[in-house]
Amino acid sequence: MVRQMVGREVRVAHCGGNPEGGLGTNVAAIKHCIEQVYGPKGVAVLVDLGGAETNSEMAIEMLPKEWQANIVVCSAPVVEGAVMAATEAAGGSSLAKVRATAEEMFR
Amino acid sequence: MSSNPGTSMPAETTLLVASLIDAGTAAIRANADALGELDRAIGDGDHGVNMVRGFSAIAEAREAIRALPLSSALEEMGKLLVMNVGGASGPLYGSLLLAMGRAAAGGNASAGKMLEEGIAAVKKRGRSDRGEKTMLDVLIPVQLALAQACAEGVAVRDAIERVKRAAREGLESTRPLLATKGRASYLRERSIGHLDPGACSSSLLVHAACDAFLESTKP
Repeated sequence: MVRQMVGREVRVAHCGGNPEGGLGTNVAAIKHCIEQVYGPKGVAVLVDLGGAETNSEMAIEMLPKEWQANIVVCSAPVVEGAVMAATEAAGGSSLAKVRATAEEMFR
Repeated sequence: MSSNPGTSMPAETTLLVASLIDAGTAAIRANADALGELDRAIGDGDHGVNMVRGFSAIAEAREAIRALPLSSALEEMGKLLVMNVGGASGPLYGSLLLAMGRAAAGGNASAGKMLEEGIAAVKKRGRSDRGEKTMLDVLIPVQLALAQACAEGVAVRDAIERVKRAAREGLESTRPLLATKGRASYLRERSIGHLDPGACSSSLLVHAACDAFLESTKP
């Protein structure tokens, strides 16, 4: 859906499932996804349930210190949030604006 | 055993670390179904298998970990839980052990101080505190009981008994609580009347750590 909205202008990576592929989360996979898309403008992370948020925060802390301030976990639904965030990012907005857009309609 | 050239660990440290790994893994494996049941009642049912996955990774690395100083051993165990558990309990238990390991790095930190640092990390990671139906409802009373026992200078065996009792009572204290953190919080009032699975695994691990400690100090 994000690709439909913004094509390839915005780098997007996604992951899901525990390290064995079942339901759950995987810190290494999350870290890898962030590394794949990281750039000077930062990364907005969208998560679903609690474990994904906790694991994303852990993954972010495992990345280089200078990256960390440039990565945010948005408190927005993963599908709607990703579409909103990507659309905003495609317009060249800052990370703060991207996050605010993803979060605003769900407050 | 994997060697660690130049810095061979004191025998009592490697024995303690090996005992901790064995006892923790055995406790989690033996109770995996029970943890799953508790989690099915108020969560998503994966706490047992998740913890088994984490502890199996630790058990696999047993020989390498036991060759490390206590601080690095704890940190390595924490990392393995973070990377393998696959649920929120991974970063929570991981943060606990990573912080305990860091606290142990100087070599002078007491078990009580290490636990205090570990608990602070869990609180931060989970943005949680005592009374929210989580592992902290076991860990905090355990830490207080340990600190109290040390302050009173009671014998090791008595201190261990007090710590185990604090863990059991802490676990039981989660039954009437309303969950406000994690998946269980979605159930609101329906979370009341169930033991918290994270508190249960914490109690199991505290008991296992106590037994491992006694085991490693046997003459």
